[in-house]
Amino acid sequence: MGFSRYVEVGRVVLINYGPDAGKLATVIDIVDQNKCLVEGPEEITGVTRQVISYRRIALTDLTVNIQRSARAKSLKAAWKEGDTLAKWEGSQWAKKLASKKTRAGLSDFDRFKVMVAKKQKSRIIAQKMKELKA
Amino acid sequence: MTAAGEMRQYQVVGRKAATDENPNPEAYRMVIFAPNPVAAKSKFWYFMRQFRKMKKTTGEILDCVELIEKNSRTVKNYGIWLRYDSRSGTHNMYREYRDLKLTGAVSQLYNEMAGRHRCRPRSIQIIRTGTVGASELKRPNGAQFAQAKVRFPLPHRVDSAKRGAKALSDRTFSTVRPTTYLG
Repeated sequence: MGFSRYVEVGRVVLINYGPDAGKLATVIDIVDQNKCLVEGPEEITGVTRQVISYRRIALTDLTVNIQRSARAKSLKAAWKEGDTLAKWEGSQWAKKLASKKTRAGLSDFDRFKVMVAKKQKSRIIAQKMKELKA
Repeated sequence: MTAAGEMRQYQVVGRKAATDENPNPEAYRMVIFAPNPVAAKSKFWYFMRQFRKMKKTTGEILDCVELIEKNSRTVKNYGIWLRYDSRSGTHNMYREYRDLKLTGAVSQLYNEMAGRHRCRPRSIQIIRTGTVGASELKRPNGAQFAQAKVRFPLPHRVDSAKRGAKALSDRTFSTVRPTTYLG
């Protein structure tokens, strides 16, 4: 199996631990074998410029075209140009995270409604299957 | 001196206390790495009594300010020359670190010296520090990350313990096999 996601300048990463957990950031520079410098851009994702350990990030398929140790302004421009946020939100990964979040926020009654809807769905499917078999 | 958490950089100015014979003694300035101003002043007197005939009881501190790195937004290469006492002798050493701040590099140094050489903070003396260009780096480990184009995958990622949850490998029973290949 080859690798397709690399730690490199411009790689978009998802922070999965710490105060910025769940937010996106961009690799600005590589510090050493354990940590890299990341920044949101702050205005778009809310992650300030900071050094972060690789253990706290997950690499995504997205990259943006920036220079090493790029400034906040050019980083933001690169995100706008590459339409990165929209690309992320269109990805399966982001959709799964979003649905997980909605599921976690559901009330007891909401969960009941999901249960009823699921039953209705499977009833329709079963009925169609019966028709097809006949 | 202990290296509690992040080290800071202080500029300490001190001199012998003024007397009737010498109302205006010469002042000395020193840049010192220490976790707090108290430790910095203590370290100042430690060095002064080695270099000059001066000590804390007959001297005074004129100024002690923290030096803050101006550009802490880009990663730089720092070269640090140091001297340390091991269990069997005294050694000079040169080490390189990549960090946003010199104080960060010095903190890395204290931690690494402790790890690799079992060296206590009190037995480390920093002689000189400076930023180093990428082409002038002497140590291959720092140099490989200072190149223009660095790219590497994160292979075999083992799930680590998170707050409120053990690492997958630490649990007695699990219904899933851990995923270590993440593309």
